[in-house]
Amino acid sequence: MDKERILEVRDLELHYFTRKGVVRAVDKLSFDVRRGETLGVVGESGCGKTTMGTALLNMPTPPGRIVGGQILVDGQDILKLSETEVRRRVRWEQISMVFQGAMNCLTPVYTIEKQMKETLQQHREMSKEEAKRRMVQYLNLVGLPEHILKRYPHELSGGMKQRIVIAMGLFLEPRVVICDEPTTALDVVVQAQIINLLKDLKEQLSLSFIFITHDLSIEAEVSDRIMVMYAGRIAELGTNEHIYGPQGPAHPYTQRLMAATPRLHEEVEELAFIPGTPPDLVEPPSGCRFHPRCHVVMDRCSRDELPLREIEPDHLVACWRCFNE
Amino acid sequence: MSEPILVAENLTKWFPVKRNLTQVMKGNRTWVRAVDRISFTINKGEIFGLVGESGCGKTTTGKLIMKLLEITDGTLEMKGENATHLRGAALEKYRREVQMIFQDPYSSMNPRFTVRDVLMEPLEIHKVGKDAKEREVWVREILDEVKLSPPDEFLVRHPHMLSGGQRQRAATARTLMLSPSIIVADEPVSMIDLSTRAEILHMMRQLQREMGLTYVYITHDLSTARYFTDRLAVMYLGKIIEMGVAGSVIDRTLHPYTKALIAAVCEPVSGKVNRIKDVPIKGEIPAATNIPPGCRFHPRCLYAVEECWQEEEPTLDDIGGGHLVACRRWAEIERLGAAARTSEASLGTRKSSFAPSA
Repeated sequence: MDKERILEVRDLELHYFTRKGVVRAVDKLSFDVRRGETLGVVGESGCGKTTMGTALLNMPTPPGRIVGGQILVDGQDILKLSETEVRRRVRWEQISMVFQGAMNCLTPVYTIEKQMKETLQQHREMSKEEAKRRMVQYLNLVGLPEHILKRYPHELSGGMKQRIVIAMGLFLEPRVVICDEPTTALDVVVQAQIINLLKDLKEQLSLSFIFITHDLSIEAEVSDRIMVMYAGRIAELGTNEHIYGPQGPAHPYTQRLMAATPRLHEEVEELAFIPGTPPDLVEPPSGCRFHPRCHVVMDRCSRDELPLREIEPDHLVACWRCFNE
Repeated sequence: MSEPILVAENLTKWFPVKRNLTQVMKGNRTWVRAVDRISFTINKGEIFGLVGESGCGKTTTGKLIMKLLEITDGTLEMKGENATHLRGAALEKYRREVQMIFQDPYSSMNPRFTVRDVLMEPLEIHKVGKDAKEREVWVREILDEVKLSPPDEFLVRHPHMLSGGQRQRAATARTLMLSPSIIVADEPVSMIDLSTRAEILHMMRQLQREMGLTYVYITHDLSTARYFTDRLAVMYLGKIIEMGVAGSVIDRTLHPYTKALIAAVCEPVSGKVNRIKDVPIKGEIPAATNIPPGCRFHPRCLYAVEECWQEEEPTLDDIGGGHLVACRRWAEIERLGAAARTSEASLGTRKSSFAPSA
């Protein structure tokens, strides 16, 4: 695989400043996205995966604020750019996002054409004909006919709307597309179609995807590398083979999540589960944040600050058990 | 274990579609055929799964069982007694026997109620227990049962002070208050995190064993259905198209629609990243107002031949071992086998004039 890094994230920190205190939703996150790969991000709700997605576009949801770190696109830190520059040069031009629940991303009172055109007009100067041509081109790319342009969102099925939102994310030829749970609201058959579409687009346009979901089974199908997040940090980051291969994941949290995932073609007597709930990120547990729920916890887990280390090439883990010391 | 507790025969629910004045004058009526003559038997102490895509009528079926909706046609029998149309005291008695867990634990509980109020309410409505003291004792017992302990801590909490998993436990506790025999669970874990999902299912199963409960488990997730249910019915456009023991329905799938559903499920196994999934189905689900003639699946079926849309809809027939399927060609399709499955598209001559309205 081509190892060229398209996006580099260094020590990214995003905090929510709430009345209850400072919520450390994304805490010193570092990772890369390479050309033509899909990086999967999994974790439970509240682990910071969506927050991280919005941070990559430099548009945290208030009361959230990016308080530290770097997001390098082509070696340039987009956090240092002004809002206007980000809007003009980065958002949708370099990095775009397909939001959770595509059905709610489209305005019910405008036709698809009007909504699609808006993105183009904001970013590019082009004639009406050219804009139309481009819209049709991208609709075809996601497998939709031209007459969809004249339709209103309520006339379309969930799968169609999802395709339109994906088309709009691709419009300006970004290099990285962040997909935040693009298939959760869809039925299995439609979900499989959308997954096929994303794989196809990745191949055709040599795009990179960041695929955010809570579903480990979907990641196995779409992502080349998988980043498992827990409580705002990376628990494990490895290739598809490392996580889903025969030897299984290294981190106890990932192991437990896998054991909690029901399999279609296996008779399982009892699924595993993780006791307790994810921690409150105002006052996260000391040391390893997973230690209060971990089944193989040791003394030092709650004591020592935990690093993320490479245990084999391309496989990073944050767990004392996995380090040979 | 095969003592039937709930028997549905030709259960039907049609919803009228709103009409404009011209349509009223012309006398045109259209109906959404949400549930269209389905028959099934649920045995005492089993977990019966209803699976299908959204809009297939599985939730409507659940609501018909709950008697939250009036049955259009067909009969429903509970413990040998006719329960198709109930009113007043009979309905009240029925509701004590059949309870429901809703999908969304966030909106199914009054935010102003404490857990105590939530659990006391059914007892008060049905006037069970002689006074508040006795009721409170039961509430505590049930809280222990669903592992919300210590009860003292949870009794005074409001729903927003509970996590998703705890809420679903409280919702389960509420259904248990009246010691029902059937619990209809409509996607009880779809909004809960994976790490706690298994815990809730585990608890539900334990309760079922201890109290001899019968569950109707409604879901779109085939993997949890396989794990959790004893028998499974797959629905498509208001009709059961395949039914049988969960393992058998999933591992020896007969109906082309079930085959497509199963092919579409993602599995946590490596080496699938660059493979495009072959889902043997075409088109999109037609509207329930415009159900195709003949076999209702034929416009999307890769195996459809002329008789599939020319002749009457196939019935749900037992092919042995309690495995039922509503497909004319299941035996042929099975013979063709998995190897030929991909080149199968040519087998069906597609001349159906049916076009689903958009």
